[in-house]
This record gives sequence, C-alpha cells and structure tokens, in this order.
Amino acid sequence: MANDTVSAIGGATSAAETQWDLWEVFTQEGEGAPHEHAGSVHAATAEHAMQNARDVYARRGKVVSLWVVPTGAIIASAPGDAGPLFDPGNDKAYRHPQFYKTPRGVRGL
Amino acid sequence: MTTGKREAGDGKRDKVGSSVDGWVAGARPATATSGTAENPFFEYLLRLADDRLVLGHRLSEWCGHAPILEEDIALANIALDLIGQASLLLKLAGEIEGKGRSEDTLAYFRDAIEFRNAQLVELPNGDFAVTIVRQFLFDAWDVLVLERLTAASNQSLAGIAAKALKEAKYHLRHTAEWVRMLGDGTAESHARAQRALDDLWPYTAELFLRDAIDAEAVASGSGVDVESLRPRWRQTVDQVIGEATLTVPKDGFAPRGGRAGRHTEHLGRMLADMQSLARAHPGAAW
Amino acid sequence: MTDQKSPTSAPAAGSTDDAAQVAEFEARIAQGESIEPKDWMPERYRKQLTRMMSQHAHSEIVGMLPEGNWITRAPSLRRKMVLLAKVQDEAGHGLYIYCGTETLGIGREELVDQLLTGKAKYSSIFNYPTLTWADIGVIGWFVDGAAIVNQTMLAKASFGPYARAMVRICKEENFHKKQGYESVATLANGTPEQRAMVQDAVNRWWWPSLMMFGPSDKDSPNSAELIRWRVKRDTNDTLRQRFVDLTVPQARAVNLTLPDPDLRYNEETEHWDFGEIDWTEFHEVISGNGPCNRERLAARRKAHDDGAWVREAAQAYAAKRDAVTAA
Repeated sequence: MANDTVSAIGGATSAAETQWDLWEVFTQEGEGAPHEHAGSVHAATAEHAMQNARDVYARRGKVVSLWVVPTGAIIASAPGDAGPLFDPGNDKAYRHPQFYKTPRGVRGL
Repeated sequence: MTTGKREAGDGKRDKVGSSVDGWVAGARPATATSGTAENPFFEYLLRLADDRLVLGHRLSEWCGHAPILEEDIALANIALDLIGQASLLLKLAGEIEGKGRSEDTLAYFRDAIEFRNAQLVELPNGDFAVTIVRQFLFDAWDVLVLERLTAASNQSLAGIAAKALKEAKYHLRHTAEWVRMLGDGTAESHARAQRALDDLWPYTAELFLRDAIDAEAVASGSGVDVESLRPRWRQTVDQVIGEATLTVPKDGFAPRGGRAGRHTEHLGRMLADMQSLARAHPGAAW
Repeated sequence: MTDQKSPTSAPAAGSTDDAAQVAEFEARIAQGESIEPKDWMPERYRKQLTRMMSQHAHSEIVGMLPEGNWITRAPSLRRKMVLLAKVQDEAGHGLYIYCGTETLGIGREELVDQLLTGKAKYSSIFNYPTLTWADIGVIGWFVDGAAIVNQTMLAKASFGPYARAMVRICKEENFHKKQGYESVATLANGTPEQRAMVQDAVNRWWWPSLMMFGPSDKDSPNSAELIRWRVKRDTNDTLRQRFVDLTVPQARAVNLTLPDPDLRYNEETEHWDFGEIDWTEFHEVISGNGPCNRERLAARRKAHDDGAWVREAAQAYAAKRDAVTAA
C-alpha cells in the first residue's frame, strides 16, 4: 500500500467524533541543542497544541523552544525500507575521518 | 485574631453593615476586623495575596475532574503559579506586619472576615465556562497590576511581581484562547460562556475600586492605582470577547466588600474545607 | 479532521500470524532490539501491549482521585503545592502512556471509553479510600515506591513507545516517593495524634500495596509470555520481594510497624519473608467490589460527561477556522 511509506509515526485511526487531533511535540532543552521528540498531545488548533505542549512537556523548566507538528504531517520511513535506505551508508568508510592516514607528527588535521 | 486595633464601636457589625456607604464605597480604609488599618502596606499585601490564594484554591478543586487530561494539567499549572505567588506574598506580608506570623499562619488561621480578596475569586467554580471566564477576567486585570508592581519601591514585592508577571501573561494567553473557543464553538458552549460572562461581570467592578489603602500604597511607590487600569483592561476584554462572538454585559449591579472582609457566603465554606486539617492540629508541623 | 490520520500497519483482526514472521520477531526481541509501532508484530503482542499500557494509563488517571481528595485540605501551602504538582504529574503520566498506546492504532477516546464502561481494568490500589492526611504520605511512599520498582523494569520494555514513556515517567517520579517518605517521617516524629494517624495509614495501605504487583507467579498466566517478549523482565513475585526488601528498613528508620506478624529477615535467602496475601480481597477489588470502585468510576464518568460540551466546542471552533482558511 502506498500509504506504507507516508504513514505517520503512529496515531489512531479509530478516533471518535469528539477526539481532538493528535500533535507530536519536540522540545529543545537548551540553546543550540537539537529539538527532540518528547511525546504527543491532543489539541483542537495549532495555538491550542502549542499551549498543551507547553503545559504537558515544559512544566519542569529546561525547555527553551517547542515545535508542534500534526501527527499526520510526519512522513516516516517504513521498517521494510530499512535495508535500501540505511545499509548503503554502512560501507562508505571514506566518509569517516578514521579512513585516512596521517604522517607521524603532523598535527591540526 | 485581628489584623490591627479596633476602633471604638466598630465591633458592632450590624451598625457597620447599616452604614453601607461607610465601607462599601471605600472612602476610608475601614476593614471588617480592624477598623482603620494599622499597617496599610500589610493590608495591601493581603489583598494581593488573598486574590491569588483563593483563586488558586478554587482552580485546584478541578484537579482530576477537568474536561480532558491536557486541561487538567493546564489548570493545575495555573493553580500552582497562583498559590506559589500567594505563598511569597503572605510571607512578605508577615514580615511587614512584624508579629511573627508565617505564610501558613496567615493562610490557615485567619477567618473569612480577615481575608482581603475580591469577591470574584471566591465564587464557586460552576461549569468550565464559569471557571475559564472568571480566570480570563482576572488574568487580564492581573497582568496590568503586576506590570506596575514590577516597579514597586519595595524590592521584595517588585521581585515577586516580575516572576508572577511572566506566569500571568501565559495564564491570559491560555484563558483568552479558551474564551474564544467556547464563545465561537458550539451553540451550547456559546450560551454557557455568555451566561458565565453575564453572571461574573458585576463582580469585576470591585477589582477597580480604589480606597485609602491603595492610595497609601501608591504614595509609597509600592502600589497600583487600580482605577486607572480600567480602560486598558476593557480594551483586552472587549477584544477577546468580540473575537469570541460574545457580548460585553452592561455595567450595573456591582457587589463589593471583599477588600474590607465583607465576602459572599461561599468563602466561609471554602475556608472551612481548606483550613480544617491545619486547625485540627494547631502547632503541628507538616 | 480526524480522518487525515494515516492508517497504521495493523493487520486485520483475526489474522493468523505467519510463523516465519513470528520467528523473526522473536529473534529481534532476543537480540534486545526495540520494537517500534510500524514494525511487524504478532497480533498477540499488540493486544498484550495495548492491554498493559492502557491499564497503566487508566491507573494513573484513576489514581488522581484518592490523592486529589486531599488537595483542598492540605495542611500547609508547601504541602498543597507538592500534592497538586504530584497529582498533576499523574495526569501527565497517564497522558504519556495513552499517547504511547495510541501508536498501536487505538484512539485515546476509545481507551477512555473502555475504562468508563468497565471493560478495562486499572490498578486495584486506587479503590481504597484516603481517610486521613497521613494516607497521602503513605501513598507516596508505598504506592509510588511500588510503581517505581515496576516502572524501572518497564523502562527497558521491548516496545519503544512504552519504554520511552517510562523513562520520562521514572525521571519525574523521583520526587513522588521522596515527598511521601518525607511527609511520613514528619508525621512519625510529630504529635501523638500525627503518629497514630500515620501508623493507621501504614496499617491500611501495606497489604493493598503488595497486591499492586498482581497475582503470585503460579496464578499469573501471562507472565511467561510477557517475559519472553521482554515486555516485562521480572515476575510479579520477584518485583514484590524487591519492594518489601526496600521498604522494611525504611519503615524501621521512622519507627513504624508494618502490619505483618510473619515479617522476618531470612538469613539464607537474604530477603525479608512476609505473610500470605489475602487473595480473596485482591480478586474482590479487581472484580469491582473494592470499597471505592463505584465512586472512582462515577467520578471519572462525571468528569468525562461534564466535559463533553467543552471538547466539542474546541472541535467546532477549529472546524470553523479550517473552513475560513480553506475558503
């Protein structure tokens, strides 16, 4: 099914009528740090999602920035694609600095 | 327990109550328990603290019973902010009073007539619309009050206000969004939000009453002229209420008296619950 | 709005799992790999995880009620804030675990429905009443203590979303047990009334806390499978023993007595032996006849029903916004 490659990282299909949309929350814990997935919240609108994310995932401080993303908007790789997508990266030793020899005594490389 | 010396004759409450203009209009800083205030800044801090303590307590009653988990967490956050502010303000009040009363003594061992909160905050929670609309009306006022207090000449108060202001700005953002969602949601939520607004509106008048206690605080550089805040408050409130497709009620009936210890019947019941355990074990440590 | 969610890879109900796929799945588990929502998994694994995780989430939510009972009466401002923050955390923990469960292809609304209709279970401990303030401290000490023993294990569960929720929860719950024990210690060193109050709370909560770990291993049919799939790492009885061993010295340190005449240190096993649990009571409470089962569910139903118009309002508001944006 085509959906396999574009399905969300999770999310329910059986939502009842009164269930708010699901949003994924990413928190940045410190200036310059990457945003990391913290969890999800239900919310009706983007502003509402931002507030719920703040109340649920930033109530202990540390967080300096938040992203909220509709769960359905996340495009995730499929487990079956792991081979073609990621294995080719494993045998390209020349992408890593350890691949190269440096003459003895040379510094600053 | 009294908060100051009584004036001769002031103990006859029925007499005080009958001279309605005397304390209702707040022409002089008469209070239910102390006559004229012995220590106006202490009185002033109690007003700030009690608004927050009582409202925070009301919000905490929601815990475990909110419409959805996310909102349970949000209401608890606001309650924690308010009770935290109240705790700091009561501690400061106790220091200013200088009689060795801690924040807990002030919170748990004063009777309703010694509380100085506005009546708005002591009203029962009602449905979610009442809680949210009340909180919104308060938050819009609170942000303005705290903005001024960050410049208070009393450094402790200025510090508390600076911390509280950040919290209050978020409270306002949260409750304003809910007022919009309820007002412009379903027919039922609209009706409930409008009813809440109509019922609560009269109680907002008290937030802007200025009396001699305020005047002294303003004169000392550590108070806010609440009367002057009204136009800006109306601006915020009118805008959000308009976006929420709700109608601002007409001014009219304006109950008042909380600042002088004249409360609704609801506060006594709330305090009976809140203070019962602490009072059953006087002197105990927890 | 809700139909924009993409389907998950859940196979149709009633499908028979392919033996080769099961073998591959179990090999992954054996290698300590983490199973993610979109990975293939046996129907039975999905079912067991959904059951366990939703029960866990329900327990957090129902667990707000007994402690919430004392928020308005907390005897100092500090205790009031601590308790409110703790009960709030339980809402958060329920939320994290519901979200983790939702990755298995079932909505929170449906899970909540299973709780409210009595189809789903939750921890039996929350069907006991909180009669005095001391119960709050003892719950933090015993109930959160027991929960931490259990959750520390679950933080290594094979299902990624469950394990990740547990890591976050364990981090946050550190303070729950400590505040509970601190409160207990204060009461134990307090007035004679406070001391009596806390001993009484210990007497009432000890056995129900031991029951939290579930039936004994010989009556626990799911255990072997859950351990093989590394959802759990230890059996109920092992975890229960761990909790007893941790708690007995803590009780002694504050001069409180645990209500078990058979409790004694076994030099040979280096564990504390304890008496037989009243399994009749356990099964009564589990099947709905505990002291507070009806009240707890009624309170949850009321909150849910009273909140329906609020949830609908936000939904309607969002729909209007979407319509405006689309136009």
